[in-house]
Amino acid sequence: MAKRTRTKTGVGVARDVPVSMPLLEVRDLTVEFATRRGTVRAIEHVNVTVGKGETLGIVGESGSGKSVTSFAVMRILDRAGRIAKGSVVFSGVDLTTASDSDMRDLRGREMSMIFQNPRAALNPIRKIGRQIEDVLLQHAQVGNRDVGEHAIQMLEQVRIARPRERYHAYPFELSGGMCQRVVIALALACRPQLLIADEPTTGLDVTTQKAVMDLVVELTRERGMSSILITHDLGLAAAYCNRVVVMEKGRVVETAQAETIFSKPAHAYTRKLMRATPRPGVSLRDLLPEGDRPRVPAPKSSDTHRAGGTLLTVEKLVKEYPRKREVGLFTRMFGPKPPIEEEVFRAVDGISFSINRGESVGLVGESGCGKSTTSMMLMRLIDKSSGLIRFDGDDIGEIPARDFAKIALRKRIQMVFQDPTDSLNPRYTAARAIADPILRLGEAADRDDVRARCKELARRVGLPTELLDRFPHQLSGGQKARVGIARAIALKPDLVVLDEPTAALDVSVQAVVLNLLQDLKDSLGMSYLFVSHDLNVVRLLCDRVIVMRAGQIVEEGETKQVLSEPQTDYTRELLNAIPHPPV
Amino acid sequence: MSEANSVLRHARYVISENPITGFAFAMFLLIAFVALFGPYIVPHDPLASDTAATLQPPSLKHWFGTDQLGRDIFSRVMVATRLDFVIAISSVILVFAMGGLAGIASGFFGGWTDRIVGRISDTIMAFPLFVLAMGIVAALGNTVTNIVLATAVINFPLYVRVARAEANVRREAGFVQAARLSGNGEFRVLLMHILPNIMPIMMVQVSLTMGYAILNAAGLSFIGLGVRPPTPEWGIMVAEGAGNIISGEWWIALFPGLALMLAVFCFNLLGDGLRDLVDPQRRT
Repeated sequence: MAKRTRTKTGVGVARDVPVSMPLLEVRDLTVEFATRRGTVRAIEHVNVTVGKGETLGIVGESGSGKSVTSFAVMRILDRAGRIAKGSVVFSGVDLTTASDSDMRDLRGREMSMIFQNPRAALNPIRKIGRQIEDVLLQHAQVGNRDVGEHAIQMLEQVRIARPRERYHAYPFELSGGMCQRVVIALALACRPQLLIADEPTTGLDVTTQKAVMDLVVELTRERGMSSILITHDLGLAAAYCNRVVVMEKGRVVETAQAETIFSKPAHAYTRKLMRATPRPGVSLRDLLPEGDRPRVPAPKSSDTHRAGGTLLTVEKLVKEYPRKREVGLFTRMFGPKPPIEEEVFRAVDGISFSINRGESVGLVGESGCGKSTTSMMLMRLIDKSSGLIRFDGDDIGEIPARDFAKIALRKRIQMVFQDPTDSLNPRYTAARAIADPILRLGEAADRDDVRARCKELARRVGLPTELLDRFPHQLSGGQKARVGIARAIALKPDLVVLDEPTAALDVSVQAVVLNLLQDLKDSLGMSYLFVSHDLNVVRLLCDRVIVMRAGQIVEEGETKQVLSEPQTDYTRELLNAIPHPPV
Repeated sequence: MSEANSVLRHARYVISENPITGFAFAMFLLIAFVALFGPYIVPHDPLASDTAATLQPPSLKHWFGTDQLGRDIFSRVMVATRLDFVIAISSVILVFAMGGLAGIASGFFGGWTDRIVGRISDTIMAFPLFVLAMGIVAALGNTVTNIVLATAVINFPLYVRVARAEANVRREAGFVQAARLSGNGEFRVLLMHILPNIMPIMMVQVSLTMGYAILNAAGLSFIGLGVRPPTPEWGIMVAEGAGNIISGEWWIALFPGLALMLAVFCFNLLGDGLRDLVDPQRRT
């Protein structure tokens, strides 16, 4: 750590603390939130230490208090939150008693933070270069004259190509991964001693995740910084952290070296979390906690899935979107004709595949590869540009999307959506949501009949029937997912498209939902098209995999074969990017 | 059942956090009561003139005094509540139906629907709104119906904008797609799935424009358009009393003006309160 001249005298933080002393020591920290129903303890008696140059992972599911811990360290809890007990000692200074102006000075200069959504963390109407300059000037790191050069250097360090040009870019002109790099540049601009990364790669593609995480680790190591990585992904924590802290319901349940926590998890919760994390070499049933296995061992579906013949055939399917271009009247009349290929953007570029009865097919690719567009076309929610969609002999591609809702075929193709919260009408009870397709397309006799069928469906998906009269905001994420699944299977469809049905769920809930989906498929004989970016999840549920990139299919085959012997570089790259806990 | 309970609990919380909302709600109940029963409980006939008792200051017999024709101002203010209320409510209902539906349709369908509705509301907003209302009443004739119509027309863009924005953000929401998969046609999705979600925010808009509608109706009457004397109406009464303020008979204009102010005030406060009530940010 080189001594640097500091133009602004900050708080008395020792820059060169002795090695024996941890950089950050959180002792017995308790944070309370004042809510309408009295005070709620978000975290209780949390003890965490971060040594110099160490990378600490805090792992837990939603509601475990991992983010609250980091907010308390940074003292950026919202108004209702209060540090009730304990101390946070950073380089010998107790942050719980530091003044607000001292904290402002420390934040950004000595400790900084990367948030989950990079786009939200950047000011949308300010050039990214300027935003980096703002931080540098705020903490008086450099003079007014050199600040521009410094900002460009920072962009260069976070591997943004053509930094001089990108200095003038606005956040919306950059991809999600690029935005996260800019946020990292912002966080590291003042050479802080501690970096807190709160789910820095959630929402990014696996390959981007790998690039961003590699960058963070490399930069922090280079500068001898300490960092805290907050994540729900055990694999990610294992791959990038020295030590891991596991939190559950506001308490630290286990702290250990990264290697030991995965080889010998001591606490029951850690073991449960480990089990539930999809990883190579395990089957779907292994994800469930011991003693919670399904009553009937499900037959391995690979021998049944080809029995029924082809259900869905897609041939040379294309979806084009017009590129939005502002062309003035003058140019339109007298200007040169724009080149034809610029006119449209092909989201799906001539793909062909088929799905057999009772088969589940995975559609994998990174964001923007056209997998969602494909599933929307198959669902007949949007119209295709050209190509053929043949479902059980009928050319459903020819029926306009807006008329499809009313025809009989509608009930044979259903979907489970990505976000269970977003896909339920906030004004409908669970029962009403499940009943909707029955009322519209089913032939139920009367209200009692509908009610009875709702109850039966709820039992099928494992939703306690007394929850049927609740509204979505009164249900947990897993329960909402079950309602969405019950709605999709209400009419006993032949084909169900699963659009990342577990992306918004915790791993333990994901394990249960994936098992439920497998059980339902076995008992109802449906076919699944499983759309996902996560190859580890696809591996568990699918017989065949289709890998898409830029609107085209790059690889297709049996799941086992594609995952063990990928034929293309792209699939290999996708597989390598997945962080794995050490086996 | 549990939803009704939770709404009640939430309402109690909002009122206890901001007592003014409770006050506004109480005032609203009072105004509604007077509007319903005013004509049966007033001490004097609002239309009966008494040449022996003209221009009397407030007293125990005539609480708000009397006007140039000796009519009891308290009775007239009370009775006028119903007419002003009816005008405001019917115009708000009218604009809620027209603007709300047009707005939802334009936000949901986009394209040409959006363009046509958008240009209509742009055209309306191109005029000074009160002048437009004057013009409509002057052109169509001096009747209560036309005041209602004019008030509705000038509020149209406000409703369109709120409904359009709210419908637009929900257009591609998961639950809307799910509704399509369940076999709901486009109009059914609009009415059964999107509309209920927009209702709360529209109710806030209703309350906020109620005050404005009352003010507008009174304003039209004040300048001689709309309700004709001797019908008791706050705007006319203020107009009638305006000339007398300079000669010292302040009570003729003051009390109807005060009633007007309180009514508008009440609806604005109620709107703020309702906004807190339906704002999901405050539901923790």
